[in-house]
Amino acid sequence: MRSKASPVSDRSKGQAGWGLKSAAWFGVLYLNLPILFIILYGFTTDDASYSFPPPGLTTQWFAVTWARADFWEALWLSVQVAFASMLIAMVLGTFAAAAMYRFKFFGKEAVTLLILLPIALPGIVTGISLRSAFSLGDVPFSYFTIVLGHATFCIVVVYNNAIARLRRSSPALIEASMDLGADTFQTFRHVILPNLATALLAGGMLAFALSFDEIIVTTFTAGQQETLPIWMFGELSRPRQRPVTNVAAIFVMIITFVPILAAYYLTRDTDDVAGSGK
Amino acid sequence: MTSSSGATAVSFQNVSRHYGAVKAVDDVNFDIRDGEFFAMLGPSGSGKTTCLRLIAGFEQPTAGHVVVHGVNMNGVPPYDRDVNTVFQDYALFPHMTVLDNVAYGLMIRKVPVAQRRQQAEEMLEMVALGGFGGRKPSQLSGGQRQRVALARALVNHPKVLLLDEPLGALDLKLREQMQVELKAIQRRVGITFVYVTHDQGEALSMSDRVAVFNQGKIEQLASPIELYEKPATTFVAGFVGISNLLEGAAARAATGAEQACSIRPEKIHLERSDAAIPADAMTARGRVSSILYLGANTRYEVALEGGGELTVTLQNREAHAEPAEGETVQLWWEARHLMRFAQ
Repeated sequence: MRSKASPVSDRSKGQAGWGLKSAAWFGVLYLNLPILFIILYGFTTDDASYSFPPPGLTTQWFAVTWARADFWEALWLSVQVAFASMLIAMVLGTFAAAAMYRFKFFGKEAVTLLILLPIALPGIVTGISLRSAFSLGDVPFSYFTIVLGHATFCIVVVYNNAIARLRRSSPALIEASMDLGADTFQTFRHVILPNLATALLAGGMLAFALSFDEIIVTTFTAGQQETLPIWMFGELSRPRQRPVTNVAAIFVMIITFVPILAAYYLTRDTDDVAGSGK
Repeated sequence: MTSSSGATAVSFQNVSRHYGAVKAVDDVNFDIRDGEFFAMLGPSGSGKTTCLRLIAGFEQPTAGHVVVHGVNMNGVPPYDRDVNTVFQDYALFPHMTVLDNVAYGLMIRKVPVAQRRQQAEEMLEMVALGGFGGRKPSQLSGGQRQRVALARALVNHPKVLLLDEPLGALDLKLREQMQVELKAIQRRVGITFVYVTHDQGEALSMSDRVAVFNQGKIEQLASPIELYEKPATTFVAGFVGISNLLEGAAARAATGAEQACSIRPEKIHLERSDAAIPADAMTARGRVSSILYLGANTRYEVALEGGGELTVTLQNREAHAEPAEGETVQLWWEARHLMRFAQ
């Protein structure tokens, strides 16, 4: 079939052949169908196993989840952790990006690598190393150790967004500001920060989403606390009220999807502006 | 070296700026007079931009002093200097409106809002951009951005305005128009303009005086006319305008001596017979090797009989019988137009 098709004319029309199309659709369904199943099983009447087709549909699990105090505790902890990690990442990531952009120093490449490392390393390595570091320092596991763990890789997202924006903006902007009488602090406040704003917001939202559904590093850095992903993992192994996990998953999806979408639109718009300005 | 009339705006005193072994600026001495349009001309890497950045404060001299209006500027940061810069790529703040860009310096100096809006608007009027204040820089054309950059610098009434190849990014027509406007604005505001360019035409047409830079040093500092008519070095003769540079055998063929010399193409007369040549003129014979018709004038390349080649430009006052390619012609010029250089 493929040999009979005329690739030249197909390409000139900008249309893919049916083979490529079906492969693409297969890929899309393979990636997204399981998500639809998660949503579907949030409504099933079968509370012990995931049988298909579901024997019946109900919305009672939303009420059950709503009534579960441990769900709310886990959700609240996750939101708090994600928010704190995001704030730490935004402050430290911005400063790191500003320093990397502004100064040249010996070992700069190595430091860049160190900043990027937490996201490149498998979570389990970060988790184990943090855990041993905390126990070595006699730091009790708590909400703060989770936040510290999450901040290590959240900084990277903010840093990457900020440094990309800095590299795209003209270095003459800083000189222009100084030339017009602004000292370093005024230049940061009136020129650098406003230019970075959308990049920082986008980086912060990605950091929030990353932290919110993180489970591996959390497992190693949490004490008795259960973040939402850990709580869900525990729920899965219980025989009763399985669909509660699915309802929680729907919550997670909404909470992480919205900031990622927002981050996408924020950076997309500014890219257009930066592009048309040059 | 020092000016006979008026005060000195900027003074370079034995200034060097070295980057490791590279001498970007090498022991330079010169004064810029208050209120003049001063051009720093040279090829890229000649040190002209470094000198500008030394005045602005983005660079510090390795040795020597940069003095602005009598105050030694060594160690003074850019934001404490009473000079402003128009940057090569304009460097307008993309997140601010045009008006906020122009008012930036006033905002930093804590001028009250109403006052700085008014001053910024007046300055926009002066650069013919009244009513553009609400736009973003990305919504302006290159020429308009250039004017905003100018307004943003001038609104602070600096003692010296530095311009770093400000017309480099504009197309030819706009560039010529802006040259006239810049000159007019400088006359109106009376501020010292220090203008960096690699375009000799720009430097000649706008400036009161021009410093020609080459390899970190000043080859010549003079008025445009003097620079063109009496270049001090072979470099200046070659860089400013078109020159016939004659050295060695070619110099001997044309002038009888081997001393390096040069002559402008438009100073040379071209005759098809010996009849009209004055007795005291310097002469050379040669064959026309190429003819380039340029509309207002025609450029001839003449291969001299004694070796070497001369470019001759003749104005096309009237259409007349011109020498053809390959024809032998007689060249002559007045001895005073020949520029001789010490080696």
